[in-house]
Amino acid sequence: MSKHTLIAYVEDVPGVLNRVASLFRRRNFNIDSLTVGRTEHAGVSRLTVVVETSEAGARIVEASLYKLVNVLRVDDLTRKPSLVRELGLVKVLVSPQTRSQVLQLVDVFRARVVDVDEKSISIEVTGTPEKIAKFELVARPYGILEMVRTGAVAMTRGHESVTSNPPLVRAELNAPAADHHADTSGLAMSV
Amino acid sequence: MKLTGAEIIWECLIREGVDVVFGYPGGAILPAYDAMTKYPQIHHVLVRHEQGATHMADGYARASGKVGVAIATSGPGATNMVTGIATAMMDSSPIVCITGQVGSKAIGTDAFQETDVTGVTLPVTKHNYLVTRPGDIARAIREAFYIAKSGRPGPVLVDITKDAQQMTAEFDWEAAAPSLPGYRPNLRAMPSEYQRALELINSAQRPVILAGQGIIKAGATAQVVELAETSRTPIAVTLLGIGGVPASNEFNLGMMGMHGEAWVNQAIQQADLLIALGMRFDDRVTGNLKTYAPHAKKIHVEIDPSEVNKNVHVDVALIGDLADVLGELLPGVKKADRSPWWATINEMKGDSAVRDIQSLPDSGHLYAAHVINDLWRFTRERDTIVVTDVGQHQMWEAQYFHHDKPRSLITSGGLGTMGFALPAAIGAKFACPDKDVWVVVGDGGFQMTMPELATAAQEKIKVNVAIINNQYLGMVRQWQEFFYDKRYAATPITGPDFVKLAEAFGLKGVRVQKRTEMKSTVSETLGHDGTVVIDFRVEKEDTVFPMVPAGADLDKMIRRPKQDVMLESGNDTEWQMPSAAPAIAKADVKPHSNGHAKPAAKSAKAAKAAPKPAAPAKRGKVAGKRSLRRA
Repeated sequence: MSKHTLIAYVEDVPGVLNRVASLFRRRNFNIDSLTVGRTEHAGVSRLTVVVETSEAGARIVEASLYKLVNVLRVDDLTRKPSLVRELGLVKVLVSPQTRSQVLQLVDVFRARVVDVDEKSISIEVTGTPEKIAKFELVARPYGILEMVRTGAVAMTRGHESVTSNPPLVRAELNAPAADHHADTSGLAMSV
Repeated sequence: MKLTGAEIIWECLIREGVDVVFGYPGGAILPAYDAMTKYPQIHHVLVRHEQGATHMADGYARASGKVGVAIATSGPGATNMVTGIATAMMDSSPIVCITGQVGSKAIGTDAFQETDVTGVTLPVTKHNYLVTRPGDIARAIREAFYIAKSGRPGPVLVDITKDAQQMTAEFDWEAAAPSLPGYRPNLRAMPSEYQRALELINSAQRPVILAGQGIIKAGATAQVVELAETSRTPIAVTLLGIGGVPASNEFNLGMMGMHGEAWVNQAIQQADLLIALGMRFDDRVTGNLKTYAPHAKKIHVEIDPSEVNKNVHVDVALIGDLADVLGELLPGVKKADRSPWWATINEMKGDSAVRDIQSLPDSGHLYAAHVINDLWRFTRERDTIVVTDVGQHQMWEAQYFHHDKPRSLITSGGLGTMGFALPAAIGAKFACPDKDVWVVVGDGGFQMTMPELATAAQEKIKVNVAIINNQYLGMVRQWQEFFYDKRYAATPITGPDFVKLAEAFGLKGVRVQKRTEMKSTVSETLGHDGTVVIDFRVEKEDTVFPMVPAGADLDKMIRRPKQDVMLESGNDTEWQMPSAAPAIAKADVKPHSNGHAKPAAKSAKAAKAAPKPAAPAKRGKVAGKRSLRRA
């Protein structure tokens, strides 16, 4: 079991998020985080799903996502060089004595102070989910009044784009281009 | 051409080749029903419950290979469909359900008969649509048909608001062609995978083909037989795969799984290669996954990639339509002899023959297995579709009715929906009016959907209903007998006088209590012009053997005892007419020490009526202990 980060391109139609969420629930997969947003293509949304599962489980998730009619393309970024980022807003309780300590932490984590009043500092921290978890850990002793995380978003590193358009379907690396054999090699790989 | 949304629905159905729909009208679908009068080329079958409409569409689809269509109104009409939709989903049956929805302005207000039907059916449909504008109806219906029948088939629901049915829009069939960029039903395996599969097939010593429903869906019967004959590989079939390979084919061993033949399960457990064709390793065919076919490499030919490695880890996956895959594979399959493997299998088969109820002499009493086997024997010259319900009779049918043709057995395998048989049979009869359609159903499942007899009567169609009546929810009773210390909680069930019931519907009713009456009953039934309901009063506490307990190893079967007391003694419980039903029910709550629900006052009479048991002194004692010998 480990965390798998999957990217899914979906048609931007009503109910599509419900379809994806329902799939994870009924197949008993545990979502760590799920984010959805627009892409460079009109009418196409992009989901980033972090799910805790085995390698075989990730293949089932991928194949199940492909079964949804509105899902255009799925990529598992877990084994690929990728950028994974998350944003957290943390409101930390401060006293005149602890204020400077907290500000030091902000500095160390390259976070930003976005709001201050006499009893609290609100901090915006971005980075990998692990980094945000770490910040939460060190801020906790001061007292966290409120906190929110966006969930991870991710994309591959390098100039290769996964949004080959058209078509927005899986283009397997080791298969001949524009060949319909391509679609299944991810599955063959898993056996 | 400007048409109302309601008219567009029917224009689309006609263009999709639909000639019969199964439905029930109501407020939100009224505009569509009103428009229906302009389209006499489509026959509407009025059902008695919307669940029946979905089962009929399902039965129609399974019998014909075409898409079945069911129509209902919003709210309760649509929710009544859910069981039938889930049944079609689990068994990959292509149906399109069209439901009315409250007006688009009223959505979300808890309006009268409003239900979030696309939400409710989301997990049990392949895809669904909510249409709120008349201009979107044609595309939704075209896409629904395309999705339902392509790839791995399944149910698609189109929910259309009342105002979308009432308003007009330009109808342009060509412009409404499916536009589904993310839908990929026609996947193909990579050439390298074929090579790996062929190496495994050609080098195997003890291969077994696992034949599933995919063979029927893909029309690949001849290719599977060719594969088996070339490589001399035995074939085991799943419940839904029955008919996909002729039962009379010498390579067909029979059904696998929980109630599969003993030698079939043993062959799977001893195999060194499983070639799974269009099946999905359901828990009812694998038993304990940890010990399933431990020596076997596995090749999985499957159209749905999400089934690969879901339950059983496989060595080679060949994704695609079974006919295409076998077309690529067959030229590379080498001839083989494999006589040592066949010798092993035949030895295991011989061991089972002596326990087979089929070969026992007529004891004067009626056993379900005999009824079903006789149905087969007396109808085998004819073109027959059998539609079964769920439970003991379903398993006996699979064991004792031998199907040689695809689509000749229709049954709810995945969901195991009681009440499926009668409506599905009505649908099958509409698909194949020239074939005999037999319903084999238990007295429990029949009572779930028996109002559909009125549908059969109104439509003047002929289905032959064989009720395997044992006054128990038999399969559950069997589990209680084996695993719950014979505490028969809520499994004794009474019923109406099925003969009178049939007559009340204007149909013919017959009662059969002796095996000697079988032949004449079958010929009279076939000769009668109209639906016949036959009440087969069978042994009450009969058991389906062999049985793999849920989660047990596949070859750890409970076998029919070699000295089956019930078979020797003939009878256990006297049959009562329905008027005496309350007495039976009471007696069943506190069974006598021998486990049978025999009212004390009737005992002597019953013993007199029964033929002399082989060992009368021992009878009661042994029956009470009736221990289970494990193979």
